Amino acid sequence: MLPPPAERLTILGWAYKNLFRTWYDSLLTLLSIGLIYLLIRPFLTWLFITARWEVIQVNLRLLMVGQYPLAEVWRIWLCLEVQATLIGFSWGIWLRGRRLLGVALLLVPVGFAFWPGLNPGARLNLFVLSVAGLAAFWFGRLGGAKLRRTAVIAWVLYFPFVILVVRGLTPRSGFFPVVPANLWGGLLLTFLLTVVGISFSFPLGVLLALGRRSRLPAVRWVSITYIEVVRGVPLVTILYMASTMVPLFLPGGENIHNVIRAMVGITLFSAAYLAENVRGGLQAIPQGQYEAAYALGLGGFQTMAYIILPQALRLVIPVLMGLFIALFKDTSLVATIGLLELLGISRSILAQPTFIGYQREVYLFISLIYWVFSYFMSYVSQRMEIALGVGSR
Amino acid sequence: MGNRTSIEARSSIAIWRDERFLRLIGQAAFLLVLVLLLGYLARNMFSSLRQLGLALGFDFLQLTSGFDIGERLIPYDRSQTFLRAFAVGLLNTILVSGLGILFATLLGILFGVARLSTNFLVRSLATVYIEFLRNIPLLVLLIALYTVVFIQFPRVSESIVLPGPVLISNRGVAIPWGTPTETYSAYLRILGAGVLVAGGIGIFLSWYGRQTGRSPRIFLWVILTVFLFLFVGWLALPLPPLALVQPAAEGLRLVGGQQLSPEFMALLSGLSIYTSAFIADVVRAGIQSVGKGQVEAAKSLGLTSFQILRLVVFPQALRVIVPPLTSQYLNLTKNSSLAVAIGFPELFHVGRTVLNQSGRAVEVISILMGIYLSISLLTSAFMNWYNARVRFVER
Repeated sequence: MLPPPAERLTILGWAYKNLFRTWYDSLLTLLSIGLIYLLIRPFLTWLFITARWEVIQVNLRLLMVGQYPLAEVWRIWLCLEVQATLIGFSWGIWLRGRRLLGVALLLVPVGFAFWPGLNPGARLNLFVLSVAGLAAFWFGRLGGAKLRRTAVIAWVLYFPFVILVVRGLTPRSGFFPVVPANLWGGLLLTFLLTVVGISFSFPLGVLLALGRRSRLPAVRWVSITYIEVVRGVPLVTILYMASTMVPLFLPGGENIHNVIRAMVGITLFSAAYLAENVRGGLQAIPQGQYEAAYALGLGGFQTMAYIILPQALRLVIPVLMGLFIALFKDTSLVATIGLLELLGISRSILAQPTFIGYQREVYLFISLIYWVFSYFMSYVSQRMEIALGVGSR
Repeated sequence: MGNRTSIEARSSIAIWRDERFLRLIGQAAFLLVLVLLLGYLARNMFSSLRQLGLALGFDFLQLTSGFDIGERLIPYDRSQTFLRAFAVGLLNTILVSGLGILFATLLGILFGVARLSTNFLVRSLATVYIEFLRNIPLLVLLIALYTVVFIQFPRVSESIVLPGPVLISNRGVAIPWGTPTETYSAYLRILGAGVLVAGGIGIFLSWYGRQTGRSPRIFLWVILTVFLFLFVGWLALPLPPLALVQPAAEGLRLVGGQQLSPEFMALLSGLSIYTSAFIADVVRAGIQSVGKGQVEAAKSLGLTSFQILRLVVFPQALRVIVPPLTSQYLNLTKNSSLAVAIGFPELFHVGRTVLNQSGRAVEVISILMGIYLSISLLTSAFMNWYNARVRFVER
């Protein structure tokens, strides 16, 4: 039996079916067109004609890396280049069917390199970004289990590498000088907070989830208390608590910089939500897995590490990605405790006398940055969901 | 393994391999480590507090606050106590959260249904709205709304006048409002009586339904009774209980009506719009979760579109919608604490001011966390009750 023939519509046919099928449908279409015209035309006029974009051009470095010393910005470029290599590599290995999209994405830095008003160093670095990404992409397309393992290990090692490179090794005048945390700012600080939050909240969250399911009452009740208390309060409260009470709790706590306190707050907050998601995954593992593992003679820890956790984590990875996207957006809240990440430094820029009144341009720009990265991460999460083959809506 | 009888256990397992003993030891060790850690932190805290000359205790709440709060639902001035300041902040939070939940739900349902429309343009507009708002941080939206929209409105003397009259200026939005007249308390008594009568009717109708087996429309009759008392009471009184006061611009000020400050409007609109995008997604998922076969079967039974929605789709979709909807409400309530960035004096903002004035970090933060925790625990309890009530009774 043949399937029914697919519907083939002309443009007019499509318009009729989707826009003008009934009388109220037509009315809605006309109203929507009117609404779009009313909103889009002034917006486009503002965007291309009346908006003054020099505020972004002048402050681009501040927005991107905050007050990071100019002489050390090459380290940020280095991290970005390694990042582009890793992304290109992973894209080549795992997203085999999306070659064109991958190549297009990796050519975006080249597009930015032609933006007016950049200094030559930045242009060169943007070219290097694209070249490195494309080379790694081509290399990653070779595929294979060994390359996959290399990629995973590379990603895991990447985060400590970034923290090391950004922070530096030797004090002040040495070869790789330390850049103190109060100079980290802008998008760099946003990414650092996100990355540190994810890396440290992951083990803590898994431990809490395991603790919550433990048969030992003491461990279980402590985990439940922690999770419920942290999930019940807003993040600003925890950040505020971290920023005002850390000096009270630790001797010499005043010397711990606000950035570190914010990282601690974000980690503690994120771990509780992550624990709930991992618990959901653990609940989905049938009892038979545990029994089979015990029958094979595996102890409790081995069962968890080799049998249960790999399956549970695989189930919850899409949900965890959503959590990480939310974490990325929640880093903007550290602006309320005085840190100068992307939102905080935008407010500082707008507080300068020269740039009062440029709110629309600046806020639109940072909204765009947040939007692009969040959307990209949710796209990757959806692809991961399909690749892992877990669940459907 | 722990199910062995005690006779076997006593005779065959050495104590250092007995699981029950190991469990006890494990828990004791864990608790010991925890107690040591917390004790270390607590000791540091006490010594730091002693160095700063502060004591731990909640009696500071009776001290005079010394700061004003711009917007309040109950009378307050700077000679009142910190406790009263907290009450003002809590009432502001409840006000903003309540209104925010209402508007977010309405907008969310609208956009959620629009997302499933057969009209391409309507669907695309809804998708753009939802996808844009879900991917930007709320704080950016709030600050942008406040600085770009609400304080950029024209001055009072040149305010935008909408039919009402509703005056929009950089001092906020002024809407017509009712002020109580002498008959207001009498009207409240009439309303109270109306509510009692409606409750009685509801109980009677449900008893009647159980007796005869036919269920009357209880909800409809209860609401009708309340409205009856509402209208007849208003008309029966010699003087209307609420007098409409319209706002007007006098020179540089606004007089009359209810004036909603730019901070309040920015917070309310930001919270509502942001949460509505998430609620729209939840509603869409709920409606899509009802199988197509249900709608087709209902159609084949001859039900009209509206009947299908009310009797078939809506009850089943509600099961899927309510738990994430409740957590979105909770998120909205917790997100109201972001008002600290735009200066609306809700609970968190007031708490920070109290902390700055009194220096009592530990107590103030524990009060704040306690209040937010109570709100979320209440909401979780409700959600658990609702889930237990509507869950599918399966084998």
